[in-house]
Amino acid sequence: MQTVKMVVTGPFSAGKTEFIKSVSEIDVVSTERKISTKAEKTVKEATTVAMDFGRITVDEDLVLYLFGTPGQKRFDFMWEILSEGMLGFIVLVDSTRPETFREARSILETFRAYAPTPYVVAANKQDMNDAWELEDMRHALRLDPKVKFLSCVAMDRDSVKTILLELLYSILAEMESGEK
Amino acid sequence: MALRGNLRDFTITQLLNLINLARKTGTLVVEGPNETAQAFFREGKLAFAQIGREDTSLAHILFKANKLSAGQYKAIQQRGNSVSDKELGLLLINAGYVSQDDILANLQQYSTDVIHRLFTWVEGFFRFDNDQLPPDDRINVRLDLENLIIEGSRQLREWEQLQDEIPSLDMALKFTARPDANMRNVNLNVEEWRVVSYINPKNTIRQIGNAAKMNDLEIRRIVYGLLQAGLVEICRPEGVPIPQPVRVFPTEDKEEQKTLVNRLITRIRSL
Ligand SMILES: Nc1nc2c(ncn2[C@@H]2O[C@H](COP(=O)(O)OP(=O)(O)O)[C@@H](O)[C@H]2O)c(=O)[nH]1
Ligand SMILES: [Mg+2]
Repeated sequence: MQTVKMVVTGPFSAGKTEFIKSVSEIDVVSTERKISTKAEKTVKEATTVAMDFGRITVDEDLVLYLFGTPGQKRFDFMWEILSEGMLGFIVLVDSTRPETFREARSILETFRAYAPTPYVVAANKQDMNDAWELEDMRHALRLDPKVKFLSCVAMDRDSVKTILLELLYSILAEMESGEK
Repeated sequence: MALRGNLRDFTITQLLNLINLARKTGTLVVEGPNETAQAFFREGKLAFAQIGREDTSLAHILFKANKLSAGQYKAIQQRGNSVSDKELGLLLINAGYVSQDDILANLQQYSTDVIHRLFTWVEGFFRFDNDQLPPDDRINVRLDLENLIIEGSRQLREWEQLQDEIPSLDMALKFTARPDANMRNVNLNVEEWRVVSYINPKNTIRQIGNAAKMNDLEIRRIVYGLLQAGLVEICRPEGVPIPQPVRVFPTEDKEEQKTLVNRLITRIRSL
């Protein structure tokens, strides 16, 4: 059995668990534990402290694993470990919470520094009224025009599929350009 | 829509950066604890700014700048609102009291001062209103935002935030390809110029810091300002061997790898 993996990262409460849930064929394995910090509690009642883990079986001998990174800063020692051997990564950003954009940028730059792996950035929660527009977010996140930046609703399977596909197209394009 | 938030999370400098890069037209409204500020933009340039109910009439601004005497100012005031700023400006120029440059320079200074005061606001709700255009009766200036952004970034002292903005000093910098990113019109200080002189995809930020004899905090702060102003971007250093990720694919064969990615694509499409 062959396995490959992708990493889904982004700030706390960006929608990583939801994203992986939408396409995983197994229940997303994640240890939910009540976090006591007040600030975090107001955002979400329970938060994931272990990483999320989802699976998509491709055929008899190929499986894709999706790993979600723990969002909080104090778990960032896990990022480098998780990023080892990944095919590519997805950075999820909560479009309704500009206070997390700086952290999202930081996470992106940190991952970019590990390895030149293909990635896409997804503006999540675009279904919400107070979501920022993509164009504004692109500047706020300081994304180069060449970076794929896509609209996302993590609960919507089609939306998640599109993002995974765009990442795979980027991976393929890079393999092809590397051969020249 | 929904370009709104709190200054605690998204600073004035970052907002100016966004307005600059997106070349926005409209009004930035900031509701601070005591006052409300408004800054009007046209295609990413500052047209006019004001805080609270301050008298922003041309006559008052020129009077404050000692371009009009108290007597002249009083005489104009007695006219009430019958003369618009544009008309007044023309009258004053024609009468030889002030030059057009005087008027523009003082209006620019006024708006610049307002933005400088805004930089000190740490708390307040902001929103950007696309539909509210710069006021017609005012003389609008066209102030490039790059300098304001650099000035605002210089005030950022917080170590943790700088660490967030530039997590790795082992990346390099290059000048942005943006056609209007023009270094010549930007007022850099000596330290900033020193850093700029070393910018090259071959040099890591750490190397630039060492060469310019700056500590991590100093180099981060300067690079942050240049990034914010859209003059440079972070890139992978050239000539440094790319760290080979540990085993991404279960096979070494390039064709098999491609087939594998195509299998993934087919599977995801079928979900
Ligand atoms: N409306 C909306 N809510 C979302 C979306 N994605 C996630 N959420 C909600 O946002 C909260 C945080 O999501 P979660 O997946 O736990 O975030 P994580 O911390 O990144 O794993 C949960 O209440 C989700 O149901 C989305 O696209 N739209
Ligand atoms: Mg989670």
